[in-house]
Amino acid sequence: MNKNMKILVVDDFSTMRRIIKNLLRDLGFTNTHEADDGNTALPMLQSGNYDFLVTDWNMPGMTGIDLLKAVRADANLVKLPVLMVTAESKREQIIEAAQAGVNGYVVKPFTAVTLEEKINKIFERVGG
Amino acid sequence: MDSDERLALAEELVTQLKAGNEAESSSIISKLSDCIESELFVEVGRLTRELHEAINEFLIDPRINEMAQVDIPDASERLSYVITMTEKSANTTLGAVEAGLPLADDLGEKARDISAKWEQFCNRELSVDDFRVLSKELANFLALTTERSKQLHSHMTDVLMAQDFQDLTGQIIRQVITLVHDVEDKLVQLVRISGSKLPEKQKDAHKLEGPIIPGIDQGNTVSGQDDVDDLLSSLGF
Repeated sequence: MNKNMKILVVDDFSTMRRIIKNLLRDLGFTNTHEADDGNTALPMLQSGNYDFLVTDWNMPGMTGIDLLKAVRADANLVKLPVLMVTAESKREQIIEAAQAGVNGYVVKPFTAVTLEEKINKIFERVGG
Repeated sequence: MDSDERLALAEELVTQLKAGNEAESSSIISKLSDCIESELFVEVGRLTRELHEAINEFLIDPRINEMAQVDIPDASERLSYVITMTEKSANTTLGAVEAGLPLADDLGEKARDISAKWEQFCNRELSVDDFRVLSKELANFLALTTERSKQLHSHMTDVLMAQDFQDLTGQIIRQVITLVHDVEDKLVQLVRISGSKLPEKQKDAHKLEGPIIPGIDQGNTVSGQDDVDDLLSSLGF
């Protein structure tokens, strides 16, 4: 796994972005960037050559699920690995995210181990 | 009009009808229906008065006014303050951790460096000059450790102090819970007065519910990450 990959962390709470960035740094990923909702994130993704997207679901403006759908609808981003990190835990929603093409789903509150596990799994599958 | 009188009227009606007296029959029928209508009017009047009194009683309850004009706006302020305090605490804690981690990493790195040389020294592989360098490094390292541990201690104290939000927000949230109970009581009273039945609660499958909260029915939710993993693997993930 390329530890220099460019990662975008999208969450409306700055503290959650900081936590995720710190956990990613502990895992060796230092090339991380932030956005506070889908509307800010989408243009960054479209012009920024990102390798990985970590996004929350419930955000004002554009939600994470709409961002995911927009990413999958964009020919240049269709293959971008997306991990959803969210408090939303209804079965219908997890299924909706899966159908929209999410690569991993972590429910908050989560642990550093869970985050690492899901990231490893995503890149095992993408790489292999 | 009691039942004996009504029975007498009814028998009289049958007699008149058999005799073919149209005018007499109609007059008896209207006598009978008048009596039923007047009872109905009395009953409607009584219910209206009761409803009126109940609503008045409800409206002059000073608690309602107080809740609407003072307590509920207050509660919004209080809850916003809870967000402010928890956010501030999270930022203080994150700041302290982000400042502390490089200090710990720095100490670890220097210690690893020195242990490699220390091992050489123990194996008598170090020249006198190298030893002089090592002992200088050791002295620096000890001074640095003293300094860093003081800094780490101060960051840890910041983290400790940042937890004071729990007590304060707990008290504020408890006040708001009491208000919510009061409002609930008043609403139940209102529903009782109006006598209407609440429609069956409909859950919107697309409404975002946020975090799982024990004891609250949030629809068909998973119970944790393991459940999410099971669900995704059943979908072929």
